[in-house]
Amino acid sequence: MKQDRRAFLRLVSLMTAAGMLPRLAHAETWNQAAFAAKSVDDVVKLLGGSAPQQSDQVILNGPEIAENGAVVPLEISSKLPGTESIAILIEKNPNTLAATFNIPPGTLPDVQTRVKMNETCNVYALAKSDGKFYYAAKEIKVTLGGCGG
Amino acid sequence: MTSFASMWPRLLLALLLPCLWCIVARADDAQDARTREEINKYREMLQEGNPAELSEARGEELWTTRAGPRNATLEQCDLGLGPGKLEGAYARLPRYFADTREVQDVESRLVTCMVELQGLTREQATRGWYQANSDMEGLVTYIAGKSRGASIETPQVHPAERDMNALGNALFFRRSGPLDFSCATCHSQPDRRIRLQEVRDLLLPEDARIVLTQWPAYRVSQGQVWTMERRLMDCMRQMRWPEPGYLSEALIALQVFLQKQAAGGVMQAPGIKR
Amino acid sequence: MANAIKVRSKIEGDVALIRLLISHPMETGLRKDTEGQLVPAHFIELLTITYQDRTVLSAQWGPAVSRNPYLAFRFKGAQKGEKLRITWVDNKGESQTDEAVLE
Repeated sequence: MKQDRRAFLRLVSLMTAAGMLPRLAHAETWNQAAFAAKSVDDVVKLLGGSAPQQSDQVILNGPEIAENGAVVPLEISSKLPGTESIAILIEKNPNTLAATFNIPPGTLPDVQTRVKMNETCNVYALAKSDGKFYYAAKEIKVTLGGCGG
Repeated sequence: MTSFASMWPRLLLALLLPCLWCIVARADDAQDARTREEINKYREMLQEGNPAELSEARGEELWTTRAGPRNATLEQCDLGLGPGKLEGAYARLPRYFADTREVQDVESRLVTCMVELQGLTREQATRGWYQANSDMEGLVTYIAGKSRGASIETPQVHPAERDMNALGNALFFRRSGPLDFSCATCHSQPDRRIRLQEVRDLLLPEDARIVLTQWPAYRVSQGQVWTMERRLMDCMRQMRWPEPGYLSEALIALQVFLQKQAAGGVMQAPGIKR
Repeated sequence: MANAIKVRSKIEGDVALIRLLISHPMETGLRKDTEGQLVPAHFIELLTITYQDRTVLSAQWGPAVSRNPYLAFRFKGAQKGEKLRITWVDNKGESQTDEAVLE
């Protein structure tokens, strides 16, 4: 039974990859506009917010210096009650918005991931709680580094 | 040192020799120390969730997948500890193999197995080895992972093994190429750095161990795992040496020498680096 | 096994810590290859993670998420032996679904 199911899943996967199945309807459509926005303010607007407030209840943890901007590890957590989503914005990237995460009830508002940074700039962690947006910001220095290692 | 630097106009050097700073820079003041601390914090944050694990998983599948005209897996491949015995094998390479009468590293030994067991040609076995997600990348990462926790102990028993060590030693110190660089030019003094990277003193056992126990490694800047041969080839590119052939004697000899320098180091590969 | 997802889970009390590594190039479309040609954008847009038919995390990503993405998060009510399902869809319409058994 398990074997069949695994084989089926693999088949579904393969068929989807080959474009043989109709594209499944998702609860979400990718927010193209938000991901094309080029400033923090524009992103917040396109995420349905305005005038985000700085809050020490939003915690952005990351390195002071990233040895390589291709991989910058970040951890974002929110102590705001009822945090429903978290977003990562990188001020000087070609497109400011890097990622958004929906936090359903039962999931902790705490995510870790890695992002690309084009150059030294501010990284913003945006948290939505009770319909309002709050943020924490941190400057992360980016440098390519030397000859190897 | 000073006399070398004064022989060349600095501007010309800055244009032609990006790696010359290793000779000049000696990391010591408070700002350097703080920078190094921050870089180490960055490196630590990367240790969890190493994409090399994806390559390891691919390698494991390749090891047990039938391939080639002989429709065989690699499971009977002898990496020095007997057919199919993988635990600790990487930590004992390179070594002499009686069947090929050569000192071989993990990459050349894998090619031998692909040819002998699976019936591939040498060309097929090495095609695209340096590309992201190549078979070689997966297999080397998988095999290296099977030596986690093992101590580097490369044999120096067979005369060929000793000869290769001597060759590797000679190559390490040989100045060559348009910049007259040798490995030793950068890697024979403690506390050297090139911009933000420590350039380890490979003649010091503790430094050599730090380096050799971390390769193969996922290189964030390339988004792929680099094998040791790939890493050495890039060192040579930076020295402006001509590119060595894949699986060439020079690359294997250098590995024999470096592994011997790192003897006793506990393997942690695959590593993750910038 | 063109695309793999590696999952690590750790349950403490009723909270599961999930760590994922996803194999995906996450090309920005701004990078040039060795011949000087732009490598077309190819990145995960939508990610959905479900546990027992409830969504425990959903995400929208842009190309600024690093190559071979790493993600860690925690959710409540997890039980050992139960399955986590991870689905991603990228900008080319390609999709992958994987299941992992929680440990």
